[in-house]
Amino acid sequence: MTWLKQFLGSNIGLKVVMALSGLGLFGFVIAHMLGNLQVFLGADKFNAYAAMMQGNSLLWVARIGLLSMVLAHMGSAGVLVLRSNKARPVGYKKHTFLSGSYAVRTMRYGGLVLLAFIVYHLLHLTVGSAHGEFRHCMSDGDGGLQCFAFENLVKGLSNPAAAGAYIVAQLALGLHLAHGVWSLCRTLGLGNPRYDALARKAALFFGALITAGNCSIAIAILTGLVHL
Amino acid sequence: MNLTLNIWRQKDGRSAGQFETYQMNDINEHMSFLEMLDVLNDKLESEGKEPVAFEHDCREGICGSCGVMINGAPHGHLPRTTTCQLHMREFKSGDNITIEPFRAGAFPVLRDLVVDRSALDRIVQAGGYVSARTGSAPDANSVPIEKDLADRAFEAAACIGCGACVASCPNAASMLFTGAKITHLGLLPQGQPERYIRVDKMVAQMDKEDFGHCSNYGECTVACPKGISLDVIAQMNRDLLVSQLRGRSTEG
Repeated sequence: MTWLKQFLGSNIGLKVVMALSGLGLFGFVIAHMLGNLQVFLGADKFNAYAAMMQGNSLLWVARIGLLSMVLAHMGSAGVLVLRSNKARPVGYKKHTFLSGSYAVRTMRYGGLVLLAFIVYHLLHLTVGSAHGEFRHCMSDGDGGLQCFAFENLVKGLSNPAAAGAYIVAQLALGLHLAHGVWSLCRTLGLGNPRYDALARKAALFFGALITAGNCSIAIAILTGLVHL
Repeated sequence: MNLTLNIWRQKDGRSAGQFETYQMNDINEHMSFLEMLDVLNDKLESEGKEPVAFEHDCREGICGSCGVMINGAPHGHLPRTTTCQLHMREFKSGDNITIEPFRAGAFPVLRDLVVDRSALDRIVQAGGYVSARTGSAPDANSVPIEKDLADRAFEAAACIGCGACVASCPNAASMLFTGAKITHLGLLPQGQPERYIRVDKMVAQMDKEDFGHCSNYGECTVACPKGISLDVIAQMNRDLLVSQLRGRSTEG
């Protein structure tokens, strides 16, 4: 297994870890957005969806999987940033970016914004401790679960400060994906003239889609379009 | 034209360096950038001062030795141009020009603007060659090569090893350089027998030299005086992944 240790410790190996975990997390944010867009279908549908998720025996398998992907993504990024700093110990007096987009230049900071958001989001709408009127799922006395996800979400995001934080985080996520989805394709070896243009467009598309989809929920609640 | 130059001066690798300012008057706009530095050095020598050390050789854009950072860009801002092929007409009279050495941990400064780029040589020594016995030179066209592959290999082979990719990369990575060698040799029939062992060894050497990783900024391909495509990096990643998947018969 020395080959695996060597590969995973190399710069390209760490980038592959970042790309694969990023791909997994990208899949998650798509599914998460689609699930949450059910808020537009009404309280009953949304609460039933929450009960289905909460009552699922695979819930903790998924959570542990997500946590490991986040840790792998952050860990590989951390090691690479440290190595990158070491690779240029003395900087330039004058340096101009020749092509690098705003998205690529903010990947590290966007990642930290997202980390802070994930912690807040979990405390806000999963654990409920950052939410004044949070109600946890309870047994409906019939072997099933009764959830209050719709109420929690609407009350939670009616606070403009909370909704603002969500919107800022979604913009950061969109920017992160607009570079990340393209970059992961290249790290995994998909980079030739045919696929490159496609991957660039797909990254922009999905970045915009996730931002628009998730922000639409916060905006709908703020404007009262979705209400209790 | 009149120019103000801010040039990095450093006696040797052990000494601390600093910027010094030189006023240059009546510079002929048809001079190359290096000729302008020659004029500066003549002036410095006539004043009994140390001339500015900078590396140069062919002065026709093919040897790769003259790379310096000019106003924040390797070889200056003109696309696909080495420092020696950059002419003073690209500047305006009154310009301030900052000239620094290429900066990377793997490129230690030897003196003033001269850095030691032998880390790139060691990457090539690690596997950037074909050592399979191929007999005497075959007749022309006796080894068929797909035109598109020949073109990609040829474009990658245009790399002159100047190090501008490393200098421009925010991570000081040598991925464009190494990717160019991997692509150039790996796509041609002569390079096939060692294709995967080559990528393993060259990538390992890159890490050993403390070059950084690729974040796909895309700075290198714009800075490259030969316009090497970013695709050579994806090619290298692909070859490395295939090599990992293939394994070796000697492994247990």
